[in-house]
Amino acid sequence: MLAPRRRPRYRETPMELDVVELSRLQFAMTAMFHFLFVPLTLGLSALVAIMETVYVMTGRPIWRQMTKFWGMLFGINFAIGVATGITMEFQFGMNWSYYSHYVGDVFGAPLAIEGLMAFFLEATFVGLFFFGWDRLKPVQHLMVTWLVAIGSNFSALWILIANGWMQNPVGAEFNPDTMRMEMTSFTEVLFNEVAQAKFVHTVSAGYVTASVFVLGVSAWYLLKGRHTRLARRSITVAASFGLASALSVVVLGDESGYSASHTQKMKLASIEAMWETHPAPAPFTAFGLPDRAARETHYAIEIPWVMGLIGTRSTTEIIPGIDELVAEADARIRSGLIAYDALMTLRADRADAPQVIRDRFERHSADLGFAMLLKRYVDDPRDATEADIAMAADDTVPGVAPIFWAFRIMVALGFAFIAMMVYFFWRSSFRQQSYPRWALRIAVAMIPAPWIAAEMGWFVAEYGRQPWTVDGVLPTALSVSHLGVSDLLFSLAGFFLFYTVLFVVEMGLMLKYIRKGPFEDVEETEAWEARHEHRLSTHDGRGPFADAAINPAE
Amino acid sequence: MILHELIDYDVLRVIWWLLLGVLLIGFAMTDGFDMGVGALLPFVGRTDVERRVAINTVGPVWEGNQVWFILGGGAIFAAWPPLYAVSFSGFYLAMFLILAALIVRPVAFKYRSKRDGTAWRTTWDWALFAGGAVPALVFGVAVGNVLQGVPFELTPELFSLYPGGALAKLFGLLNPFALLCGAVSLSMLVTHGAAWLALKTEGVVAARARAIGSVTGLLTPAGFVLAGLWLSVGIEGYAFAGEVATDGPSNPLYNDVVRTASWMTAYAERPWIAIAPLLGLAGMGMAWLGMRAGREVSTLLWSKLGIFGAISTVGLTMFPFLLPSSRHPNSSLSVWDSSSSHLTLFTMLVATVIFMPLILLYTAWVYRVLWGKVTEADVADNSHSY
Repeated sequence: MLAPRRRPRYRETPMELDVVELSRLQFAMTAMFHFLFVPLTLGLSALVAIMETVYVMTGRPIWRQMTKFWGMLFGINFAIGVATGITMEFQFGMNWSYYSHYVGDVFGAPLAIEGLMAFFLEATFVGLFFFGWDRLKPVQHLMVTWLVAIGSNFSALWILIANGWMQNPVGAEFNPDTMRMEMTSFTEVLFNEVAQAKFVHTVSAGYVTASVFVLGVSAWYLLKGRHTRLARRSITVAASFGLASALSVVVLGDESGYSASHTQKMKLASIEAMWETHPAPAPFTAFGLPDRAARETHYAIEIPWVMGLIGTRSTTEIIPGIDELVAEADARIRSGLIAYDALMTLRADRADAPQVIRDRFERHSADLGFAMLLKRYVDDPRDATEADIAMAADDTVPGVAPIFWAFRIMVALGFAFIAMMVYFFWRSSFRQQSYPRWALRIAVAMIPAPWIAAEMGWFVAEYGRQPWTVDGVLPTALSVSHLGVSDLLFSLAGFFLFYTVLFVVEMGLMLKYIRKGPFEDVEETEAWEARHEHRLSTHDGRGPFADAAINPAE
Repeated sequence: MILHELIDYDVLRVIWWLLLGVLLIGFAMTDGFDMGVGALLPFVGRTDVERRVAINTVGPVWEGNQVWFILGGGAIFAAWPPLYAVSFSGFYLAMFLILAALIVRPVAFKYRSKRDGTAWRTTWDWALFAGGAVPALVFGVAVGNVLQGVPFELTPELFSLYPGGALAKLFGLLNPFALLCGAVSLSMLVTHGAAWLALKTEGVVAARARAIGSVTGLLTPAGFVLAGLWLSVGIEGYAFAGEVATDGPSNPLYNDVVRTASWMTAYAERPWIAIAPLLGLAGMGMAWLGMRAGREVSTLLWSKLGIFGAISTVGLTMFPFLLPSSRHPNSSLSVWDSSSSHLTLFTMLVATVIFMPLILLYTAWVYRVLWGKVTEADVADNSHSY
């Protein structure tokens, strides 16, 4: 049984606000840095695999050179993606120890399966991608490349299942014996609608990133008049792949919005800076200055109906505003207090707590997390005053203005990518791959844009989830480890130093290899072209397609 | 769904304890030689091309090898959440050191040979040295501390307290016994790396690796025996005070734990576990003999057996404990009270049964494709080599 113990020291331990703030800063910094490399890895692996497929199917040497060139840039990027990913996997335990205990039963599983199913695959084969050119047959090497691409994409799937659960914690319930959330249904966690919507949205964003990158670098070559054959082909691939991805990233982002309308109402209301509930269908605020203190959005330019249609896909369903949601949180805090009180009784008398208490806990346990919001103000939530409850309810509103703006920047960029891809797709398909110089310059200037959009998207998703680490279940302020400020300052300084050096080094290498350009074996390419011309223009007694059948590898 | 009740909770816990061992051993056997090669790099290679040969023996495989470690972390998170929460936060700065090494290492592999210039390459060489030597040492130090118990305690909410300033906690880990364990671990992985280099290279690099491996190959079993003697006379063990429900809820505070005179009582209760240290010593000894005799393949295999024996020894000696608490023994984490739920353990087992054989198959295929010595000519010819 329980040994005699001191009172829990929440006040002195997880509630040191500095540690919470520093832990958040460190996690945000390392996560956003990690995501500078992930989208390019996701997209470039797929683009490289497509290029190599063309090579294996046609045998044209230039497609192998393209594969090797973009593959080299992929490799430089992949190394840092892996290195910074390890930090992410370990930081939960290092900095978010109570979180790890509290939800590890649910959250750990997708992370571990990611390693088993995806990361092992991509990491094992990425070595062969670089070292296997001379040791493997072309088809075998192509298979290796595709496995790397599939591995990266599966990796994203499992990470987003884990993240999706933080946004919409389905398939789990609190177990008073173990003081944590436990999984009740793996399939619910797996097919969490938020996770599925996030996965396709994020992966498409990765494809757009790589397409814009390939397009921009190729445009730079065309402006310089270098490697034009390789650049034109790369633009064709990037524009068609990018067009499909840019369309899907917007359409599937809309899917995310729809799922948020019934899972994370507060996030949606903050994105819209919608303080009051509007009669359905609600308008969309295209522009405005959200003001938290006055609880209104100044100078708002509203487009009628649009928000209601996107959020609910109906003209009658109502999207609740922030004020209404705060009132809802207030009620859930009170319900959570009943659960908390029952939990304390259960814990004091584990063996024979009366059934009525168990039932009471069951009825209110879904709101337990809301009672824990009070720990910010009092040691024992049951001691909370009306004022504490009101403050805790108000805490459920995230920072509205930054979310409002980040979201609008992301969406505007999303539409810009569609316009860019449509234009280049049209020039490449119907205008003999001729591109005006102004368009090429814009393509070069657009290179950083997808990264900005992706970081903004993650900002909306994660900052918009506050004050929770797991929405409605565990407050961020309670999730941290028992660390001192000195621990945090040391690791923050360390990460900052390492990551800055890595960033400088990786940018330097990327630029060096882009400037250097691909290795083009002109003789090999021209010899192939000559044979090809010959095959097309003569029959040699066998017809133009006879050769292909005899020697399909060429 | 009641499918998971096909396997009893306590059986699943033992299975996951075994799988944790498999992952740690898999990590030490594969990424172990990568770290060993890193730690040996400045000594086996004097010229740039010699170092490139050494680096390129692990160049194509280290990424896959490192996943054993990442998967180990993920598996601890998923199967033993309290262990993950307590150890990673308690060993905060030590974990940061490992992370720093693991961040620098991949980048050093990739970037070292992408620019000319002595300063650039020498810097990355030392990064590779630290990236190999530091984790190899820190892992051993961690094991040494786990055997002694770690000063954490759990609140009734199962929040893990680990008091102390940042540096005080780090230096608290660096006690003599833990440092001895760290030295054994470093020496073991350096030997493993030397065995790998002897197999994958020829000429002067292989000769230097064998020379160093012949020394560390003897230090490893000597240190292992010394640590064993120290453990039996100088370090207290832990035991449950009463009956333990092996399929009870995962709450460490439900069980009472007391200190015992020594961990060695485990060998009185379960004499068969002595096979683990014996296998370990046999492997280490044969690896040393093989290294001196210049046998390439068998030396590496014997070295793997030594690693297998050493890690199994620690696990079996402590069973069922995973992480004892010296500050508050009742907080100690064990196999019976620190696992995930029945359903999660079962789900994870299904995933492992499906994917682990596939992983072993394709890893074996990759090693087969890359079979053969790495020579100076290979390094010069391949534009993708590191």
